[in-house]
Amino acid sequence: MEGFWTRLVLQVWVALVLAFLFIPIVLILVYAFNTSNIQSWPIPGLTLKWFSSTWADSEVRRSLGLSLEVALGATALALILGSLAALAIHRMTWFGREAVSLLFVLPLALPGIVTGIALNAAFSFGGIPLSTLTVVVGHTTFCIVVVYNNVLARLRRTQGSLVEAAMDLGANGFRVFRDITLPLISTSVVAGAMLAFALSFDEVIVTTFTAGAQNTLPLWIFGAIRLGQRLPEVNVVVSFVILVTIVPVLIAARLTGGGGTARIPAAR
Amino acid sequence: MLVYFASLVLLLITAFWTTDPFTTQVVQFWNTDNFQTIFNEPTYRTIVGRTVLIAAAVTATDAVLAFPFAYFMARVASRRVQTLLFAAVLLPLWASYLARVYAWILILNHDGLLNWSLQSIGLPPANIGYTNVAMWLVFSYIWLPFMIIPTYAALERVPESLVEAASDLGARRWRVIRDVVLPLALPGVVAGSIFTFSLTLGDYITPILVGGAGSSLIGTVVYSNVGIANNIPFAAAMAMVPVAIMGVYLLIAQRLGAFEAL
Repeated sequence: MEGFWTRLVLQVWVALVLAFLFIPIVLILVYAFNTSNIQSWPIPGLTLKWFSSTWADSEVRRSLGLSLEVALGATALALILGSLAALAIHRMTWFGREAVSLLFVLPLALPGIVTGIALNAAFSFGGIPLSTLTVVVGHTTFCIVVVYNNVLARLRRTQGSLVEAAMDLGANGFRVFRDITLPLISTSVVAGAMLAFALSFDEVIVTTFTAGAQNTLPLWIFGAIRLGQRLPEVNVVVSFVILVTIVPVLIAARLTGGGGTARIPAAR
Repeated sequence: MLVYFASLVLLLITAFWTTDPFTTQVVQFWNTDNFQTIFNEPTYRTIVGRTVLIAAAVTATDAVLAFPFAYFMARVASRRVQTLLFAAVLLPLWASYLARVYAWILILNHDGLLNWSLQSIGLPPANIGYTNVAMWLVFSYIWLPFMIIPTYAALERVPESLVEAASDLGARRWRVIRDVVLPLALPGVVAGSIFTFSLTLGDYITPILVGGAGSSLIGTVVYSNVGIANNIPFAAAMAMVPVAIMGVYLLIAQRLGAFEAL
């Protein structure tokens, strides 16, 4: 329908926007190999030395350990609670179902800072000291939402007739769940978990408000950038985080056929 | 979930308490001092004004950048290119947020990529690092995918038959876009603007990292009141400002039919 010139202008525009989106990301990956410890462009040469010095940094390793611990904990909790919530919301037609499903999306719709400070206020009100556990609870609030959304979307697309057929053939509730429902939703559960992991691993805002003295990897990065210290190590860590967050998302996209990864703003 | 909502309610209540200036203990006494401070103190009025202004500028920039892109994706590109572009928009969205902000620090740096490019084409260096302009640019960059996706979804749904009908009735291409495509795609753009607007209102990472001395936003105030000043009731009151602004914004968005486009 569009004429030649319109197409050309649109193509140039798309190319420019793509460049705008990708140049910064590629640049970070290049800077990780910078020989100089001064961050200027063009970089004088390529080296791998920062990778080994970053790996040797005990502070970075401790933060990495904590980030993995939190991400795995929050993902595990979200996996169980999110799937159960989706099953409950899908199966039941009780009063207030719509309202409840809206409430589940709220942690993603509100700015992360509101979630963060709300949890912070609640913990201090309840006299609960901030610890790794409070960070896990904080991350679980928004991780639940991605698992819930993915599982619910899958449940809505599957036919109820399969479940009914199994029941007609004499399967009991547990058998139906194990042999029909679970295989049907399994990939969406895994996809949700992947996304939850990626979200949690990179989260800064809720973490800031729910962590005590501990540093997760994003908090370490934030501190280092702010002080302008150890930037060569920051380059390496940041490139690593990009990879760690993108790989689970690619797996999730595979599992759900692309849908479900078009995330609503994550808690940030 | 219960924990989460209990916390939200508690936050609202906390906003009406005060901190004892001598003991820095939270005094559980109902008053509206915190809100009065925000309204009457010129500093906070400026900060709220600046935040809303930047959020609006970011939203407008992203809408302008996203619309032709989404139009190409939805109505010109082949199926294959469409899938590739969709993936190309999603990847930066998931790539670490901090990494992307940090990338811009490196680019806008005095010896960064921007000034190097400017110099190589014979232009004087631009020193926009650590200014409001830098914040505007970085926010526009970070939230752009959030604008492209709903705009694309809305454009996808514009029925081909309406476009053909308009052309058959003699409307020229620009007329068709202005009178048929644009009004039908508007809910998508508004849906995207909910994200770009709300995310800018609550952010403190970007202002702290790329903003300069006079670049405090609402988020920065909340952050420093929790972390440094330890005045949680005031931070809670300040956090209510974006919630209130978004409440009004969502009402307008609902009028424009943005919720169906989400």
